[in-house]
Amino acid sequence: MKRHALAALAAGAVLVAACAQQPAATEPPATPMPAATSERCGDPTQLSDQLFFYTWVEYIDPEIKDQFETECGVTIVEDNFDSNETLLAKIQAGGANYDVIVPSDYMVSIMIDEGILEPLDFSVITNIDGYGAGFTHQYFDPEQAYTVPYFFGTSGLAVDTNLIAAPVDSWSMVFEPSPEVCGKISMLDDERETIGAALMWLGYPINDTDPAHLEEAKNVLIQQAPCVLTYDSQTNDDLIIQGETVIGHMWTGDAILAGLPDYGGREGIAYLIMREGTTIWQDNLAIPVGAPNKYTAMVFINFLSDPEIAAQNAEYVGYGSPNEAAYEFIDPEILADEGIYPAAETFERLQWIEDVGDALELYDLTWTEFKASIGQ
Amino acid sequence: MRSSARAPSTGLALRLGKAGLAVNALGIFAFLYVPILILIVFSFNDTRTVARMTGLSLQWYEKLFVNRELLAAARNSLTIALTSTLVATVMGTLTALGMDRFRFRLRKTFDTVLYLPIVIPEIVMGISLLLFFNLAFFPVIKLISGASLSLGLWTILIGHIAFNIPFVYVIVRARLVGFDRTLEEAARDLGADEWRTFWRVTFPLLLPGILGGALMAFTLSLDDFLVTVFTAGTASPTMPLYIYSLVRRGVTPEINALSTVLLLASMGLIVLSLAAQRRE
Amino acid sequence: MSGSENRSRRGPLLVLPAAAWLVVFFVLPLVLVLVISFVERGRAGGVRTPLVPTLAYYIRLFDPLYIGIFLKSVRIALLVTAVCVLTGYPLGVFIGRAPARLRSSLMMLVMIPFWTNFLVRTYAMKQLLAAEGGVNGLLLGIGLIREPLSLIFNEFSVVLGLVYGYLPFAVLPMYASIEKFDLSLMEAASDLGANLRRAFLRIMLPLTLPGVVAAVVLVFVPVVGAFITPDIMGGGKVEMIGTLINRQFGVARNWPFGSAMSLALMLMVVVGVIYYFRTADEGVRPL
Repeated sequence: MKRHALAALAAGAVLVAACAQQPAATEPPATPMPAATSERCGDPTQLSDQLFFYTWVEYIDPEIKDQFETECGVTIVEDNFDSNETLLAKIQAGGANYDVIVPSDYMVSIMIDEGILEPLDFSVITNIDGYGAGFTHQYFDPEQAYTVPYFFGTSGLAVDTNLIAAPVDSWSMVFEPSPEVCGKISMLDDERETIGAALMWLGYPINDTDPAHLEEAKNVLIQQAPCVLTYDSQTNDDLIIQGETVIGHMWTGDAILAGLPDYGGREGIAYLIMREGTTIWQDNLAIPVGAPNKYTAMVFINFLSDPEIAAQNAEYVGYGSPNEAAYEFIDPEILADEGIYPAAETFERLQWIEDVGDALELYDLTWTEFKASIGQ
Repeated sequence: MRSSARAPSTGLALRLGKAGLAVNALGIFAFLYVPILILIVFSFNDTRTVARMTGLSLQWYEKLFVNRELLAAARNSLTIALTSTLVATVMGTLTALGMDRFRFRLRKTFDTVLYLPIVIPEIVMGISLLLFFNLAFFPVIKLISGASLSLGLWTILIGHIAFNIPFVYVIVRARLVGFDRTLEEAARDLGADEWRTFWRVTFPLLLPGILGGALMAFTLSLDDFLVTVFTAGTASPTMPLYIYSLVRRGVTPEINALSTVLLLASMGLIVLSLAAQRRE
Repeated sequence: MSGSENRSRRGPLLVLPAAAWLVVFFVLPLVLVLVISFVERGRAGGVRTPLVPTLAYYIRLFDPLYIGIFLKSVRIALLVTAVCVLTGYPLGVFIGRAPARLRSSLMMLVMIPFWTNFLVRTYAMKQLLAAEGGVNGLLLGIGLIREPLSLIFNEFSVVLGLVYGYLPFAVLPMYASIEKFDLSLMEAASDLGANLRRAFLRIMLPLTLPGVVAAVVLVFVPVVGAFITPDIMGGGKVEMIGTLINRQFGVARNWPFGSAMSLALMLMVVVGVIYYFRTADEGVRPL
């Protein structure tokens, strides 16, 4: 009896192994790529065959990747990470050879300090001039030597206006929720973002390290907890689309797409930036030290910075493009959406989450105390 | 008579017991398979949502067979799972035999070491392997042979074998405890040598345990995420890595379609094995 | 006797492949983690260079906050283990009593759901338990309840999700032991007049105990440190030691603390398991 089960298993294994003999997905294309045909590809003699791109999920229009491959003859091999810390761990330890990576603001400053980013050659990345002054020379890369801006966004509230007639652009909507809203709120499962929201509502800066203020923020969160359905950074958009929540603390792109039926969303879901303060963040393109295809990486970054390409990418991804030269190619309705492209005065209310050094332990302690006290 | 006076009540108890076993089994299979059925049903949905069935469509199956990345990830997962299962089962079984039947120095220590991969939080195992490969293993290999290695499918495999061995060991070891040695002794008395005794007597009796261990190892490897994410190199994703990365944008029903295909394939194997047995 | 001299070398030889593998690819990496737990954290997560030794992270573990989280994880793990063993054992008996040719197929049937991806399964289960999901829909439809039950994002759903994830880890080893057991002994015992309960406790359970012990270990140990399932099913509201440790290697960028916590967790679990084994080893002691 058992021998036959073994035989069946073995047969199955052989079958699978036979299928596995096919070349892996990273094989070079069967027909040799035509030589670079476009001006957007830099010096074709210096280009490699492949480029390793380590980025967030669904953060680039696949058509743009195809376009780069056709125009410049370079195959893009994309790999994804789910957090800046995973990115850091993989890059720091070495041994994972990526060419282009996409760290967020605070992670850029850490990486520069650790000396793991390559300085960029702007004679190759000529499109750098297209980026708005408001997005370059940020605190994390003051000399704009190591990164090129990619996308920016905020962490506000997505609100189901079908059920909430008159939403207010204040954190009080979630920290002093009305009875119908209570139990249908989702907050980001991120200690900096959520403690930060409480801090900003209390009138403190988001990078506050005063233990007394953090204690206050913690108590705000503990008090709010019975009304919060879940702390979720991954599927919070699905929850509001399905009606499990009516207000969700979430990032721009997720919120915007949640309101677009064509993208699986639902009419009436609006995105608001809070007047007491909201987080702003910016993802950037960078090249880690030791990248195998450095020149190609810079050409790719320049390609992504081309105004038309950047516009196309922005429309696909749903986040705000820092590339002002691209604005003439972006749908004006999208540009007018203050959720994605906040007005100038709104920018004053936006705060960057910066690395707080050793005080991060205090934040984690506060968050742990909060989580431990709300469990049932 | 006493026994006949007792018989009706124990008869009833026995029957209730048997019924209870069946009900429990049914309940467990229902519990296990209802989410699976939902998965299968939604693989035929005509929109992306997993909240409501809006219509029937085969589009996700079509998309599945064109999705190179997903298929490559599936291939990687299966290859790694099969290889690590094979290696770990052999090593784990040998270890169980060695530990159960022989006494040697450091035996107790090694017994503890064997449990550690089960106890260690997976994220620690993953990170420790990442650090080890990059800070120790690759530099040493480079020193000895000049070869410059980097993370890839093979480093994932190493990690999987490492955490699979203890699981096979524990299961086979459990099977060995209280093993009836008299059968082996009888065989040897009848003139069989050690090797033959092992293959004809010990091994068949041990087989359910070995298969159980192999099954466990295969399942663990196929579904592993944390150890894999830190030992994977560029563009060598496995299924769990690929799926996890999709969660941000919502798991598309292509995954459901793939799961359904995998399920059908496994069911097919079972039917095959049943049919083969019937010929016995 | 020359046989026994050969034998004393046989043991180490059989064990050598696994030993070598685990020493190189498990123990050595673990030593690295041990070292990290005793030095100060660096800003970028890793460690501060040059290395600054400290015991601070271990000392911090004695704070009631962390002990509380640990105890909660143990409590949940014990609950999950109990459910898995109490339902898995009868399942093992059921399969063991099935005709021989069906048994491996039935076991495969138990394992097959676990060859679909666990994330996808967990999300499917989450969908079922949601307020607008299948279970509530069914109960509302029959009229058993009037308002949706809160079945998700709490300890109940975490336990359910964990049981779902770890049931085969319990069934496999128990089945291996049960299958070895001659079930006709039970029928014989009842024919002889012993009542079923006593026959089970005195005969069957002690003989299948190794399988049960293995099941308890294989479920309890990983569940104590689990984090993905509690994260998804608990909605970020059920803080367990696994979520805490994971955070140290993530947003909190505090590897030394995470390492210290993991090693402490491992130590306590190992000690617990050894103690459990020793008591179970003493023969017929009940669980």
